[in-house]
Amino acid sequence: MIKNTLNVGRIEEGFVLDHIQAGRSMDIYKYLHLDKLDCCVAIIKNAKSSKMGKKDIMKIECPIDFIDLDVLGFIDHNITINLIKDSKIVAKKCLHLPKEITNIIRCKNPRCITSIEQGLDHVFVLTDPDKEVYRCKYCEEKYHGNLNHIFFALFFNWYFTLL
Amino acid sequence: MRHLMSPLDFSVEELDRLMDLAVDIEANPARYAHACEGKKLVTLFYEPSTRTRLSHEAAMLNLGGSVLGFSSAESSSAAKGESVSDTIRTVSCYADICAMRHPKEGAPMVACQHSSIPVINAGDGGHQHPTQTLTDLLTIRNLKGRLSDMTIGLCGDLKFGRTVHSLIHALVRYTGIRFILISPEELRLPGYIRSDVLDKGNVPYKEVVRLEDALPKLDLLYMTRVQKERFFNEEDYVRMKDFYILDSKKMERAPKDMYVLHPLPRVNEISVEVDTDPRAAYFKQTKYGVYIRMALILTLLNIEV
Repeated sequence: MIKNTLNVGRIEEGFVLDHIQAGRSMDIYKYLHLDKLDCCVAIIKNAKSSKMGKKDIMKIECPIDFIDLDVLGFIDHNITINLIKDSKIVAKKCLHLPKEITNIIRCKNPRCITSIEQGLDHVFVLTDPDKEVYRCKYCEEKYHGNLNHIFFALFFNWYFTLL
Repeated sequence: MRHLMSPLDFSVEELDRLMDLAVDIEANPARYAHACEGKKLVTLFYEPSTRTRLSHEAAMLNLGGSVLGFSSAESSSAAKGESVSDTIRTVSCYADICAMRHPKEGAPMVACQHSSIPVINAGDGGHQHPTQTLTDLLTIRNLKGRLSDMTIGLCGDLKFGRTVHSLIHALVRYTGIRFILISPEELRLPGYIRSDVLDKGNVPYKEVVRLEDALPKLDLLYMTRVQKERFFNEEDYVRMKDFYILDSKKMERAPKDMYVLHPLPRVNEISVEVDTDPRAAYFKQTKYGVYIRMALILTLLNIEV
Protein backbone atom coordinates (compact mmCIF):
# COMPACT_ATOMS: atom_id res chain seq x y z
CA MET A 1 0.00 0.00 0.00
CA ILE A 2 1.33 3.39 -0.98
CA LYS A 3 1.30 5.95 1.80
CA ASN A 4 -1.98 7.91 2.12
CA THR A 5 -3.83 5.78 -0.42
CA LEU A 6 -6.44 3.11 0.07
CA ASN A 7 -7.13 0.55 -2.62
CA VAL A 8 -10.47 -1.17 -2.94
CA GLY A 9 -10.59 -3.96 -5.47
CA ARG A 10 -12.65 -4.05 -8.62
CA ILE A 11 -16.11 -5.58 -8.62
CA GLU A 12 -17.31 -8.08 -11.19
CA GLU A 13 -20.90 -6.98 -11.32
CA GLY A 14 -22.86 -4.33 -9.48
CA PHE A 15 -22.90 -0.59 -8.88
CA VAL A 16 -20.44 2.09 -8.01
CA LEU A 17 -22.12 5.11 -6.52
CA ASP A 18 -19.87 8.12 -6.82
CA HIS A 19 -20.14 11.77 -5.77
CA ILE A 20 -22.15 10.96 -2.69
CA GLN A 21 -22.23 13.90 -0.34
CA ALA A 22 -19.61 13.21 2.37
CA GLY A 23 -21.15 11.46 5.33
CA ARG A 24 -24.28 10.25 3.52
CA SER A 25 -23.05 6.80 2.50
CA MET A 26 -24.29 5.16 5.69
CA ASP A 27 -27.74 6.59 5.02
CA ILE A 28 -27.63 4.97 1.61
CA TYR A 29 -26.43 1.72 3.17
CA LYS A 30 -29.41 1.83 5.48
CA TYR A 31 -32.00 2.91 2.93
CA LEU A 32 -30.89 0.28 0.43
CA HIS A 33 -31.12 -2.36 3.17
CA LEU A 34 -27.63 -3.52 2.30
CA ASP A 35 -27.24 -4.94 5.80
CA LYS A 36 -29.83 -7.55 4.90
CA LEU A 37 -28.10 -8.62 1.72
CA ASP A 38 -25.35 -11.15 1.49
CA CYS A 39 -23.21 -9.14 -0.85
CA CYS A 40 -19.89 -7.40 -0.76
CA VAL A 41 -20.12 -3.69 -0.03
CA ALA A 42 -17.26 -1.21 0.19
CA ILE A 43 -17.91 2.16 1.71
CA ILE A 44 -15.32 4.84 1.27
CA LYS A 45 -15.94 7.85 3.43
CA ASN A 46 -14.45 11.31 3.04
CA ALA A 47 -12.50 10.51 -0.10
CA LYS A 48 -10.71 13.46 -1.66
CA SER A 49 -12.66 15.06 -4.48
CA SER A 50 -11.56 17.95 -6.68
CA LYS A 51 -15.19 18.77 -7.38
CA MET A 52 -16.68 18.33 -3.93
CA GLY A 53 -13.73 18.69 -1.56
CA LYS A 54 -14.60 15.35 -0.03
CA LYS A 55 -17.12 12.75 -0.97
CA ASP A 56 -18.31 9.25 -0.20
CA ILE A 57 -18.12 6.36 -2.67
CA MET A 58 -19.86 2.99 -2.46
CA LYS A 59 -19.14 -0.19 -4.35
CA ILE A 60 -21.84 -2.80 -4.24
CA GLU A 61 -21.13 -6.22 -5.67
CA CYS A 62 -24.36 -7.89 -6.68
CA PRO A 63 -26.39 -8.77 -9.76
CA ILE A 64 -27.53 -5.49 -11.26
CA ASP A 65 -31.18 -6.37 -10.83
CA PHE A 66 -30.66 -7.49 -7.26
CA ILE A 67 -31.25 -4.38 -5.23
CA ASP A 68 -33.72 -1.58 -5.27
CA LEU A 69 -31.94 1.71 -5.87
CA ASP A 70 -35.07 3.82 -6.06
CA VAL A 71 -34.41 5.49 -2.76
CA LEU A 72 -31.21 7.10 -4.03
CA GLY A 73 -32.95 10.04 -5.57
CA PHE A 74 -34.50 10.97 -2.25
CA ILE A 75 -31.11 11.13 -0.63
CA ASP A 76 -28.94 12.97 -3.10
CA HIS A 77 -29.64 13.55 -6.74
CA ASN A 78 -26.03 14.55 -7.43
CA ILE A 79 -24.90 10.95 -7.11
CA THR A 80 -23.28 9.43 -10.20
CA ILE A 81 -24.31 5.86 -10.83
CA ASN A 82 -21.87 3.52 -12.56
CA LEU A 83 -23.26 0.21 -13.70
CA ILE A 84 -20.60 -2.52 -13.69
CA LYS A 85 -20.60 -5.77 -15.63
CA ASP A 86 -17.59 -8.03 -16.25
CA SER A 87 -15.54 -5.59 -14.15
CA LYS A 88 -16.20 -2.80 -16.62
CA ILE A 89 -18.37 0.28 -16.46
CA VAL A 90 -21.10 -0.48 -18.96
CA ALA A 91 -23.10 2.65 -18.20
CA LYS A 92 -22.56 5.84 -16.29
CA LYS A 93 -25.34 8.12 -15.29
CA CYS A 94 -25.31 11.65 -13.96
CA LEU A 95 -28.76 12.75 -12.93
CA HIS A 96 -29.01 16.09 -14.70
CA LEU A 97 -32.24 18.04 -14.71
CA PRO A 98 -34.00 17.12 -17.95
CA LYS A 99 -35.63 19.88 -20.00
CA GLU A 100 -38.90 18.02 -20.23
CA ILE A 101 -40.34 15.06 -18.38
CA THR A 102 -43.30 12.99 -19.42
CA ASN A 103 -45.55 10.91 -17.18
CA ILE A 104 -43.14 11.02 -14.24
CA ILE A 105 -45.11 13.43 -12.10
CA ARG A 106 -48.75 14.46 -12.39
CA CYS A 107 -50.27 17.92 -12.55
CA LYS A 108 -52.34 18.53 -9.45
CA ASN A 109 -54.13 21.64 -10.72
CA PRO A 110 -57.82 20.71 -10.80
CA ARG A 111 -58.35 23.33 -13.53
CA CYS A 112 -55.76 21.72 -15.84
CA ILE A 113 -56.87 19.87 -18.96
CA THR A 114 -54.79 16.89 -17.82
CA SER A 115 -57.44 16.32 -15.12
CA ILE A 116 -60.07 15.34 -17.71
CA GLU A 117 -58.50 14.57 -21.07
CA GLN A 118 -58.10 10.82 -21.45
CA GLY A 119 -54.76 9.50 -22.58
CA LEU A 120 -53.07 12.88 -22.28
CA ASP A 121 -49.44 12.71 -21.20
CA HIS A 122 -48.48 14.65 -18.08
CA VAL A 123 -45.64 16.78 -19.38
CA PHE A 124 -43.57 19.10 -17.21
CA VAL A 125 -41.08 21.58 -18.60
CA LEU A 126 -38.00 22.89 -16.78
CA THR A 127 -38.67 26.65 -16.77
CA ASP A 128 -36.00 27.76 -14.31
CA PRO A 129 -32.91 25.53 -14.10
CA ASP A 130 -31.34 27.68 -11.36
CA LYS A 131 -34.31 27.28 -9.03
CA GLU A 132 -35.12 23.79 -10.38
CA VAL A 133 -38.66 24.82 -11.30
CA TYR A 134 -40.83 22.54 -13.39
CA ARG A 135 -44.17 23.72 -14.77
CA CYS A 136 -46.98 21.81 -16.40
CA LYS A 137 -46.76 22.22 -20.17
CA TYR A 138 -50.50 22.84 -20.39
CA CYS A 139 -51.51 25.02 -17.44
CA GLU A 140 -48.02 26.20 -16.34
CA GLU A 141 -48.73 25.22 -12.74
CA LYS A 142 -45.53 24.84 -10.76
CA TYR A 143 -44.63 21.40 -9.45
CA HIS A 144 -44.43 21.67 -5.67
CA GLY A 145 -43.39 18.13 -4.82
CA ASN A 146 -40.02 16.64 -4.05
CA LEU A 147 -37.80 16.92 -7.11
CA ASN A 148 -35.96 13.81 -6.03
CA HIS A 149 -38.99 11.87 -7.19
CA ILE A 150 -38.09 13.02 -10.67
CA PHE A 151 -34.53 11.82 -10.42
CA PHE A 152 -35.58 8.52 -9.00
CA ALA A 153 -38.12 7.94 -11.72
CA LEU A 154 -35.74 9.06 -14.44
CA PHE A 155 -33.04 6.77 -13.17
CA PHE A 156 -35.38 3.85 -13.28
CA ASN A 157 -36.60 4.70 -16.75
CA TRP A 158 -32.97 4.59 -17.82
CA TYR A 159 -32.14 1.56 -15.70
CA PHE A 160 -34.90 -0.60 -17.07
CA THR A 161 -33.98 0.22 -20.65
CA LEU A 162 -30.62 -1.42 -19.95
CA LEU A 163 -32.06 -4.66 -18.71
CA MET B 1 -48.82 26.15 -39.62
CA ARG B 2 -49.06 28.59 -36.76
CA HIS B 3 -51.34 28.72 -33.71
CA LEU B 4 -51.91 31.37 -31.06
CA MET B 5 -51.65 29.99 -27.55
CA SER B 6 -50.03 32.90 -25.74
CA PRO B 7 -49.42 36.55 -26.65
CA LEU B 8 -45.72 35.74 -26.39
CA ASP B 9 -46.05 33.46 -29.43
CA PHE B 10 -45.49 36.64 -31.44
CA SER B 11 -42.28 38.64 -31.20
CA VAL B 12 -42.53 42.37 -30.55
CA GLU B 13 -41.86 42.98 -34.25
CA GLU B 14 -44.56 40.52 -35.29
CA LEU B 15 -46.97 42.18 -32.88
CA ASP B 16 -46.16 45.55 -34.42
CA ARG B 17 -46.94 44.17 -37.87
CA LEU B 18 -50.17 42.66 -36.58
CA MET B 19 -51.24 45.96 -35.04
CA ASP B 20 -50.26 47.87 -38.18
CA LEU B 21 -52.47 45.50 -40.15
CA ALA B 22 -55.36 46.04 -37.71
CA VAL B 23 -54.98 49.81 -38.09
CA ASP B 24 -55.04 49.45 -41.87
CA ILE B 25 -58.14 47.24 -41.67
CA GLU B 26 -59.89 49.90 -39.60
CA ALA B 27 -58.93 52.60 -42.11
CA ASN B 28 -59.77 50.54 -45.23
CA PRO B 29 -62.44 47.97 -44.35
CA ALA B 30 -63.62 47.56 -47.93
CA ARG B 31 -60.18 46.40 -49.00
CA TYR B 32 -60.44 43.40 -46.68
CA ALA B 33 -64.14 42.64 -47.09
CA HIS B 34 -63.56 39.59 -49.31
CA ALA B 35 -60.16 38.49 -48.08
CA CYS B 36 -61.48 35.28 -46.49
CA GLU B 37 -64.16 34.37 -49.00
CA GLY B 38 -64.64 30.61 -49.01
CA LYS B 39 -62.93 30.23 -45.63
CA LYS B 40 -64.64 29.03 -42.47
CA LEU B 41 -63.99 29.79 -38.83
CA VAL B 42 -65.17 27.25 -36.26
CA THR B 43 -65.77 28.58 -32.76
CA LEU B 44 -65.55 25.89 -30.08
CA PHE B 45 -66.76 27.59 -26.92
CA TYR B 46 -67.06 25.21 -23.99
CA GLU B 47 -68.08 28.01 -21.62
CA PRO B 48 -70.24 31.11 -22.02
CA SER B 49 -68.87 34.18 -23.73
CA THR B 50 -70.38 37.17 -25.46
CA ARG B 51 -67.57 39.37 -26.65
CA THR B 52 -64.88 36.86 -27.44
CA ARG B 53 -67.03 34.51 -29.48
CA LEU B 54 -68.96 37.23 -31.27
CA SER B 55 -65.85 39.28 -31.98
CA HIS B 56 -64.13 36.28 -33.57
CA GLU B 57 -67.26 35.61 -35.61
CA ALA B 58 -67.65 39.29 -36.55
CA ALA B 59 -63.98 39.36 -37.57
CA MET B 60 -64.43 36.40 -39.93
CA LEU B 61 -67.69 37.76 -41.34
CA ASN B 62 -66.07 41.16 -41.93
CA LEU B 63 -63.42 39.36 -43.95
CA GLY B 64 -66.06 37.70 -46.13
CA GLY B 65 -65.70 34.27 -44.54
CA SER B 66 -68.30 32.20 -42.75
CA VAL B 67 -68.61 30.77 -39.26
CA LEU B 68 -69.87 27.65 -37.52
CA GLY B 69 -69.49 26.22 -34.03
CA PHE B 70 -71.07 25.83 -30.63
CA SER B 71 -71.36 28.15 -27.66
CA SER B 72 -71.52 25.79 -24.70
CA ALA B 73 -70.19 22.38 -23.75
CA GLU B 74 -73.77 21.14 -23.31
CA SER B 75 -74.51 21.70 -26.98
CA SER B 76 -71.46 19.74 -28.14
CA SER B 77 -70.23 16.18 -27.98
CA ALA B 78 -68.22 17.18 -24.91
CA ALA B 79 -71.46 16.52 -23.03
CA LYS B 80 -71.15 12.90 -24.21
CA GLY B 81 -67.59 12.77 -22.97
CA GLU B 82 -65.72 13.45 -26.20
CA SER B 83 -62.11 14.50 -25.70
CA VAL B 84 -60.68 17.78 -26.90
CA SER B 85 -58.29 15.94 -29.20
CA ASP B 86 -61.11 14.03 -30.91
CA THR B 87 -63.21 17.18 -31.27
CA ILE B 88 -60.44 19.15 -32.94
CA ARG B 89 -59.60 16.29 -35.29
CA THR B 90 -63.23 16.29 -36.33
CA VAL B 91 -63.68 20.02 -36.82
CA SER B 92 -60.38 20.23 -38.69
CA CYS B 93 -62.32 18.49 -41.45
CA TYR B 94 -65.00 21.17 -41.48
CA ALA B 95 -63.21 24.50 -41.17
CA ASP B 96 -60.03 26.42 -42.01
CA ILE B 97 -59.31 27.98 -38.62
CA CYS B 98 -60.54 27.44 -35.06
CA ALA B 99 -61.09 29.64 -32.02
CA MET B 100 -61.42 27.68 -28.78
CA ARG B 101 -62.50 28.68 -25.31
CA HIS B 102 -62.38 26.03 -22.61
CA PRO B 103 -62.69 26.13 -18.81
CA LYS B 104 -59.73 23.77 -18.45
CA GLU B 105 -56.31 25.35 -18.63
CA GLY B 106 -54.20 24.10 -21.52
CA ALA B 107 -57.14 22.69 -23.53
CA PRO B 108 -56.27 24.78 -26.63
CA MET B 109 -52.69 23.51 -26.36
CA VAL B 110 -54.01 19.96 -26.52
CA ALA B 111 -56.12 20.98 -29.51
CA CYS B 112 -53.20 22.45 -31.44
CA GLN B 113 -51.22 19.25 -30.96
CA HIS B 114 -53.88 17.33 -32.88
CA SER B 115 -55.14 19.98 -35.26
CA SER B 116 -54.55 20.32 -38.96
CA ILE B 117 -55.87 23.91 -38.91
CA PRO B 118 -54.62 26.96 -36.95
CA VAL B 119 -56.02 27.13 -33.42
CA ILE B 120 -56.60 30.39 -31.57
CA ASN B 121 -56.74 30.20 -27.79
CA ALA B 122 -59.83 32.24 -26.97
CA GLY B 123 -59.38 31.76 -23.22
CA ASP B 124 -58.49 28.70 -21.15
CA GLY B 125 -59.65 28.86 -17.55
CA GLY B 126 -57.58 31.27 -15.50
CA HIS B 127 -54.54 30.71 -17.68
CA GLN B 128 -54.28 32.69 -20.93
CA HIS B 129 -56.46 34.92 -23.05
CA PRO B 130 -54.10 36.03 -25.81
CA THR B 131 -56.60 37.67 -28.16
CA GLN B 132 -57.72 39.90 -25.29
CA THR B 133 -54.09 40.85 -24.76
CA LEU B 134 -53.68 41.66 -28.44
CA THR B 135 -56.81 43.80 -28.13
CA ASP B 136 -55.43 45.55 -25.05
CA LEU B 137 -52.10 46.25 -26.72
CA LEU B 138 -53.76 47.69 -29.83
CA THR B 139 -56.05 49.84 -27.66
CA ILE B 140 -53.16 51.19 -25.62
CA ARG B 141 -51.05 51.87 -28.71
CA ASN B 142 -53.91 53.62 -30.51
CA LEU B 143 -54.92 55.74 -27.51
CA LYS B 144 -51.53 56.57 -26.05
CA GLY B 145 -49.47 56.40 -29.25
CA ARG B 146 -46.94 54.07 -27.62
CA LEU B 147 -46.49 50.87 -25.65
CA SER B 148 -43.52 52.03 -23.62
CA ASP B 149 -42.76 54.49 -20.81
CA MET B 150 -45.99 54.22 -18.87
CA THR B 151 -47.28 53.61 -15.38
CA ILE B 152 -50.09 51.12 -15.64
CA GLY B 153 -52.52 50.39 -12.84
CA LEU B 154 -53.95 46.88 -12.79
CA CYS B 155 -56.94 46.75 -10.49
CA GLY B 156 -59.24 44.05 -9.12
CA ASP B 157 -58.79 40.32 -9.35
CA LEU B 158 -55.11 39.99 -10.08
CA LYS B 159 -54.99 36.43 -8.81
CA PHE B 160 -57.35 34.68 -11.20
CA GLY B 161 -57.54 37.41 -13.85
CA ARG B 162 -55.98 35.79 -16.87
CA THR B 163 -56.22 39.00 -18.90
CA VAL B 164 -54.00 40.71 -16.35
CA HIS B 165 -51.45 37.89 -16.38
CA SER B 166 -51.25 37.87 -20.16
CA LEU B 167 -51.04 41.66 -20.34
CA ILE B 168 -48.16 41.77 -17.87
CA HIS B 169 -46.25 39.16 -19.86
CA ALA B 170 -46.80 41.16 -23.03
CA LEU B 171 -46.03 44.63 -21.65
CA VAL B 172 -42.77 43.79 -19.89
CA ARG B 173 -41.21 43.37 -23.31
CA TYR B 174 -41.44 47.14 -23.79
CA THR B 175 -39.15 49.67 -22.12
CA GLY B 176 -40.07 51.99 -19.28
CA ILE B 177 -43.13 50.06 -18.10
CA ARG B 178 -44.08 50.39 -14.43
CA PHE B 179 -46.99 48.68 -12.72
CA ILE B 180 -49.12 49.58 -9.74
CA LEU B 181 -50.91 46.40 -8.69
CA ILE B 182 -54.16 47.31 -6.95
CA SER B 183 -55.96 44.44 -5.30
CA PRO B 184 -57.27 43.12 -2.00
CA GLU B 185 -54.80 40.92 -0.15
CA GLU B 186 -56.67 37.75 -1.15
CA LEU B 187 -56.53 38.54 -4.87
CA ARG B 188 -52.91 39.64 -5.20
CA LEU B 189 -50.93 38.83 -8.31
CA PRO B 190 -49.58 35.26 -8.00
CA GLY B 191 -46.09 35.07 -6.56
CA TYR B 192 -44.67 33.30 -9.59
CA ILE B 193 -45.60 36.18 -11.88
CA ARG B 194 -44.09 38.68 -9.47
CA SER B 195 -40.86 36.70 -9.16
CA ASP B 196 -40.51 35.13 -12.60
CA VAL B 197 -41.71 38.07 -14.68
CA LEU B 198 -41.51 41.34 -12.77
CA ASP B 199 -38.57 40.73 -10.43
CA LYS B 200 -36.61 38.77 -13.00
CA GLY B 201 -37.08 41.49 -15.61
CA ASN B 202 -36.35 44.29 -13.12
CA VAL B 203 -39.75 45.79 -13.87
CA PRO B 204 -40.69 48.35 -11.22
CA TYR B 205 -43.98 47.64 -9.47
CA LYS B 206 -45.82 48.49 -6.31
CA GLU B 207 -48.65 46.61 -4.64
CA VAL B 208 -51.39 48.70 -3.05
CA VAL B 209 -54.88 48.07 -1.75
CA ARG B 210 -56.48 51.52 -2.18
CA LEU B 211 -57.40 52.52 -5.72
CA GLU B 212 -57.77 56.18 -4.73
CA ASP B 213 -54.10 56.45 -3.78
CA ALA B 214 -52.87 55.00 -7.05
CA LEU B 215 -55.06 56.97 -9.45
CA PRO B 216 -53.06 60.26 -9.63
CA LYS B 217 -49.91 58.38 -10.66
CA LEU B 218 -51.36 56.40 -13.56
CA ASP B 219 -51.12 56.75 -17.33
CA LEU B 220 -53.58 53.93 -17.75
CA LEU B 221 -55.97 52.03 -15.49
CA TYR B 222 -56.89 48.47 -16.35
CA MET B 223 -59.93 47.38 -14.34
CA THR B 224 -60.99 43.76 -13.99
CA ARG B 225 -64.05 41.96 -12.76
CA VAL B 226 -63.95 39.63 -9.80
CA GLN B 227 -64.93 36.44 -11.60
CA LYS B 228 -67.49 34.33 -9.81
CA GLU B 229 -66.62 31.27 -11.90
CA ARG B 230 -63.03 31.24 -10.59
CA PHE B 231 -64.08 30.85 -6.94
CA PHE B 232 -64.70 27.47 -5.36
CA ASN B 233 -66.37 29.19 -2.44
CA GLU B 234 -69.43 31.47 -2.86
CA GLU B 235 -68.74 33.21 0.44
CA ASP B 236 -65.30 34.37 -0.71
CA TYR B 237 -66.77 35.69 -3.94
CA VAL B 238 -69.46 37.72 -2.19
CA ARG B 239 -66.87 39.26 0.10
CA MET B 240 -64.62 40.29 -2.81
CA LYS B 241 -66.98 41.23 -5.61
CA ASP B 242 -67.58 44.90 -4.78
CA PHE B 243 -64.18 45.65 -3.31
CA TYR B 244 -63.47 48.24 -6.02
CA ILE B 245 -66.00 50.54 -7.64
CA LEU B 246 -64.61 53.19 -9.98
CA ASP B 247 -66.98 56.17 -10.05
CA SER B 248 -66.89 59.79 -11.24
CA LYS B 249 -65.66 61.02 -7.89
CA LYS B 250 -62.63 58.74 -8.00
CA MET B 251 -62.01 59.68 -11.62
CA GLU B 252 -61.50 63.28 -10.47
CA ARG B 253 -58.25 62.14 -8.89
CA ALA B 254 -56.97 60.66 -12.15
CA PRO B 255 -54.87 62.53 -14.73
CA LYS B 256 -56.74 63.99 -17.71
CA ASP B 257 -55.12 61.56 -20.12
CA MET B 258 -55.49 58.43 -18.00
CA TYR B 259 -57.59 56.02 -20.03
CA VAL B 260 -59.66 53.34 -18.36
CA LEU B 261 -59.64 49.90 -19.96
CA HIS B 262 -61.65 46.84 -18.99
CA PRO B 263 -61.82 43.48 -20.77
CA LEU B 264 -65.58 43.37 -20.05
CA PRO B 265 -68.08 42.19 -19.03
CA ARG B 266 -68.20 44.49 -16.04
CA VAL B 267 -70.48 44.06 -13.08
CA ASN B 268 -70.16 46.79 -10.46
CA GLU B 269 -66.47 47.65 -10.65
CA ILE B 270 -67.02 50.58 -13.02
CA SER B 271 -70.03 52.71 -12.30
CA VAL B 272 -72.12 53.44 -15.43
CA GLU B 273 -71.67 57.18 -14.81
CA VAL B 274 -68.02 56.75 -15.85
CA ASP B 275 -69.11 55.62 -19.34
CA THR B 276 -69.56 59.24 -20.48
CA ASP B 277 -66.11 60.26 -19.27
CA PRO B 278 -63.90 60.71 -22.37
CA ARG B 279 -61.25 58.64 -20.63
CA ALA B 280 -63.52 55.59 -20.51
CA ALA B 281 -62.05 53.50 -23.33
CA TYR B 282 -63.54 50.05 -22.73
CA PHE B 283 -66.07 50.18 -25.55
CA LYS B 284 -63.41 51.45 -27.95
CA GLN B 285 -61.36 48.51 -26.73
CA THR B 286 -64.18 46.17 -27.79
CA LYS B 287 -64.14 47.69 -31.28
CA TYR B 288 -60.38 47.28 -31.57
CA GLY B 289 -60.88 43.66 -30.56
CA VAL B 290 -62.57 42.95 -33.86
CA TYR B 291 -59.84 44.62 -35.93
CA ILE B 292 -57.03 42.79 -34.21
CA ARG B 293 -58.84 39.46 -34.60
CA MET B 294 -59.31 40.20 -38.30
CA ALA B 295 -55.59 40.84 -38.54
CA LEU B 296 -54.90 37.65 -36.60
CA ILE B 297 -57.10 35.48 -38.82
CA LEU B 298 -55.42 36.85 -41.95
CA THR B 299 -51.99 36.28 -40.45
CA LEU B 300 -52.65 32.71 -39.28
CA LEU B 301 -54.23 31.83 -42.63
CA ASN B 302 -51.29 33.45 -44.46
CA ILE B 303 -53.61 35.64 -46.50
CA GLU B 304 -52.09 38.81 -47.87
CA VAL B 305 -54.28 41.58 -49.19
